[in-house]
Amino acid sequence: MLSLAVFLPLAVALVLPAVPRRAVPWVWIAVTLADLALVAGMWAAHGTRPGIAYEADVRWIPSVRAGYHVGLDGLSLPLVTLTAVLFAACAVYSVRQTHRVRAFAMLFLFLETVCLGLFAALDLLLFFVFFDLSIVGMYFVILLWGHGDRTASALKFFLYTFLGSLVLLLGFIGLYLGADPHTFDMVELTRHPPLAGSPGLAGLTLLAVGIGLGIKTPVVPFHTWLPPAHTDAPAAGSAILAGVMLKMGAYGFVRIAMPMLPDAWHRYALVFLIVGLVGVLYGALVALAQDNVKRLVAYTSVNHMGYIVLALGAAGYASGHEDARRLAVTGAVTQMVSHGLITGALFLLCGVLHDRAGSYDLGRFGGIARTAPVYAGMLALAAFAALGLPGLSGFIAEFQIFAGTIGSGTTAAAVTGAIAVLGILVTAALFLRVLHRAVLGAPGELSARVGDVRRPELAAIVPLLALSVLIGVAPRALLDTIEPLSAAVTALAGR
Amino acid sequence: MIVALAVTPPAAGALLLLTGRRADRAAPAAGVLVATAVLALAVAAAVTCPVARFAVLPGWPGGLAVDGLSGVLVVTVASVLLAILVFAAAYGYGARFFGLMLLFAGAMLVTVTASDLVLLLMGWEVMGAMSYALIGYEWREAEPVRSADVAFLTTRAADLGLYAAAGFAVAGSHSLALSALGGAAEPWRDLAAAGAVLAALGKSAQLPFSFWLSRAMAGPSPVSALLHSATMVAAGAYLLLRLHPLLAATGWAGTFVAWAGAVTALLLGAVALAQRDLKQLLAASTCAQIGFMVLGAGAGSVPGGTAQLVAHAAVKSLLFLCAGAWLTALGTKQLDELHGAARRYRLVGAAFGAGALSLAGLPPLALWVTKDEVLTAAAERSPALFAVGLAASVLSAAYAAKALFAVWRGTRTDGARVPMPMLARLPLVILAAAACVLGVLGLPGVADALDIPGETRVNGPELAVSGVLAAVTILAVRFARTIPAPAWAADWLFLERAARAGIVRPAFALARALARFDDRFVDGAVRAVARSGPWAAGLAGRGAELRLDGLVTGVGRGARRLAALARRPQTGLVHTYYAQAAVLLAVLVAVAVLAGW
Repeated sequence: MLSLAVFLPLAVALVLPAVPRRAVPWVWIAVTLADLALVAGMWAAHGTRPGIAYEADVRWIPSVRAGYHVGLDGLSLPLVTLTAVLFAACAVYSVRQTHRVRAFAMLFLFLETVCLGLFAALDLLLFFVFFDLSIVGMYFVILLWGHGDRTASALKFFLYTFLGSLVLLLGFIGLYLGADPHTFDMVELTRHPPLAGSPGLAGLTLLAVGIGLGIKTPVVPFHTWLPPAHTDAPAAGSAILAGVMLKMGAYGFVRIAMPMLPDAWHRYALVFLIVGLVGVLYGALVALAQDNVKRLVAYTSVNHMGYIVLALGAAGYASGHEDARRLAVTGAVTQMVSHGLITGALFLLCGVLHDRAGSYDLGRFGGIARTAPVYAGMLALAAFAALGLPGLSGFIAEFQIFAGTIGSGTTAAAVTGAIAVLGILVTAALFLRVLHRAVLGAPGELSARVGDVRRPELAAIVPLLALSVLIGVAPRALLDTIEPLSAAVTALAGR
Repeated sequence: MIVALAVTPPAAGALLLLTGRRADRAAPAAGVLVATAVLALAVAAAVTCPVARFAVLPGWPGGLAVDGLSGVLVVTVASVLLAILVFAAAYGYGARFFGLMLLFAGAMLVTVTASDLVLLLMGWEVMGAMSYALIGYEWREAEPVRSADVAFLTTRAADLGLYAAAGFAVAGSHSLALSALGGAAEPWRDLAAAGAVLAALGKSAQLPFSFWLSRAMAGPSPVSALLHSATMVAAGAYLLLRLHPLLAATGWAGTFVAWAGAVTALLLGAVALAQRDLKQLLAASTCAQIGFMVLGAGAGSVPGGTAQLVAHAAVKSLLFLCAGAWLTALGTKQLDELHGAARRYRLVGAAFGAGALSLAGLPPLALWVTKDEVLTAAAERSPALFAVGLAASVLSAAYAAKALFAVWRGTRTDGARVPMPMLARLPLVILAAAACVLGVLGLPGVADALDIPGETRVNGPELAVSGVLAAVTILAVRFARTIPAPAWAADWLFLERAARAGIVRPAFALARALARFDDRFVDGAVRAVARSGPWAAGLAGRGAELRLDGLVTGVGRGARRLAALARRPQTGLVHTYYAQAAVLLAVLVAVAVLAGW
């Protein structure tokens, strides 16, 4: 069932060349929706039970004990669902795309399989394969359908994140060699953490895994591939890159680094706290100074991912209050989902702007709400969601992160958490600046060109915002799913 | 029922916003209808004190609950909301206005009924966002939007305290319940108190945050009427009243809060007296009057602070509605252009008069009783606190009298009289009556009947002194030739300028500097590494590879030479082979001997 959901998009991508050109967008939408239905059905059937469901374990490379091992739990279910939602939204958004539609659809279907596979993977080698393939897929998306200086941006994206994945592979080999018997199986590695007796090697492995995942997340100072990649990627590509692919890094921290290297994690928890805090403040401040709205949203991703790293750092303090650490982990996972929805919506909205006026420059717009009231309303809602307004998902995530981080009761976590709260003020300032300069006030140079949203755009963006509202108003369905997992991770990291 | 009370206004508001302009015609009726239902629910809730226990976050129980204090607040919010929406319905606002107002009031209802920090913060922040949308209601102009930005960012800066306080509460009491805060462990209790006080002072526009309330005047008058009375600014005062056990437990927080309120009442009283714009005068007076509530909360007089809150809500919503009526009819809110406005519109004038005299603290009107209840509590704390409070109450008599005489003095001859909608008069009459009689809340026994914690103390001589002072001050203002308006007071103590110069500009400068740093150095380092790739490749190509290649060639050449050398012994002649074998054997024997066999 899970493998079907993972490989359905790829299978359809392979037969897509046989589909008549005019039917391609509709087939693409139908597949993503079917996949979404499958995933949602799996979540509904699994409910909020703890443990791994839909497990499949097939021998793959027995000589290194690597298998095709997949399954879903409270961490992967929300992310797999998020992936399916975002890919469906991108398919709907791209229905009017004219440039090489078939190849575009095939590439996105391929990417969907890769992203779903990554979140379902329970084997390090399988995880790594999907991790690398996602980079390859996104490289072509930016290179072939991007705009501006796309060749350079795509190359930078590819080389930088590929380098990251190589460092990650080193870390995985470290985990493999540290395990007794040697294995790449995540469940095994979590049950018996490798390198328990050699803190030096465990530290080095954590360093490699941390840098590899950190580049993808991205954490400061490894973030500079992100702004150009986003600026020059097509809207749907940006939405997937920020909404799904950035989560791979953060997901890896929760899935791999914390439970498999618990000793090293709490020895170096302070590093994660500080890296997270720097990401929060630095990302928000640099975003405040941007005039290109897509670059601005890209830097806010650095800020939002910073909260996750901060929370996971706080959860690493074994001496901290257990319930608070669990709250921090739940907040971090909620933030992954919430950021995917909100930033996905924001990038699609940026795409609308570029589609109409060919520019992302804030200074050239103004008073868009006159000609495009619905667009203005959606942008305002997305902006308030991103700045953490209650009633929307960002608040639920960030509140838990702050309360959990500060509340864990250790001095370092309380101090960094209390300083990190400043991040939501800067984020508020920068999103109000966007609204002020682009949406409200007197009309700008390009404002007349911005007509209101079209139906496909509306159909793609509204569900993302609606889900954000749903999580903001009634978070329990999501939180109850995550809760057993975060309890488990907190316990594992506290060993 | 309590859930219905908290959910109905935001749900109806969101529905109106989603429907958009199509709902413009139905919006006033719908808004008034919902507000009426909310008032009925609020009264029922205040009587039955319902409780709904649930947890927004799993494992952190909380919920909504109505007790004595919340009961008074929900009824106040619902009544003021209904009065203002009826007034606004007469002036033909659209769906966006009614939607936002309902959301705004709904957020306040959640705030005052929340029994845990998550729900409190949810209502608290949504209220701030709605104030942004309502202050920037005229979004086509740049200035209201800028004012909305200032208001939202200032209050959010203070709200950070509440986010941090939630974390400190978790650390100190392992709970998010408001009732557990007072018993939190040290040092978390002090930190939580500090955070909550910061947030409350910001929301209530107390010093040093007062300037945002001046900016909030950019919104339509009905918005000001709601924002200055029963929502937003009142939320800060409510939080301090609610958290009174926490303030008392820390010791320092109560004193600090009391002084913050007293000093705000005094200084913003002076600011109000210096204003030339009626709405700005009323805004500064709001800060000052909220100062009395904050003083009450700090000095331990929860009944006094609550009574002041309720009476002030009636008075201030009334005054803003009157100002709005004149603004629509006469097109001005400048005090010296409003001469005779009260005589032209007598009903509005009479209502404004009642409100202003109550604001002045003239016996036996509402604010006279409630303010003095607070001052009595302050006097028990410290004489200095009482002296500052009394001076502030003299100032409130002065600014109220200034506004009163500005609109009642002289007659107007210009222009035609625009008739005032009938529907708009009703709320004015009711609010004016409330502004006169709500002093009963300060009578002994009433607070107990309403189940508000704490003791009501009334000090007869003190009441008499302050009443006489108010009357004398009003007369003095009547016959004063000029009223001093120093620049520091006219410009709101230069608070906004200070915030811009001290915080906003440095923050933007830092942001720009970091952005340059990010481009030049962080990304520059990456680019340098990237450039070093081709450079290293070039180096390898030109230098190392030639040498390596040379090495390989050299090895080959050496091998050929060795081969040539090795060919030479192979002559094909048997005697040379024997000779070679003999030499080799001799060498082996020599080696064996030398090695010591």
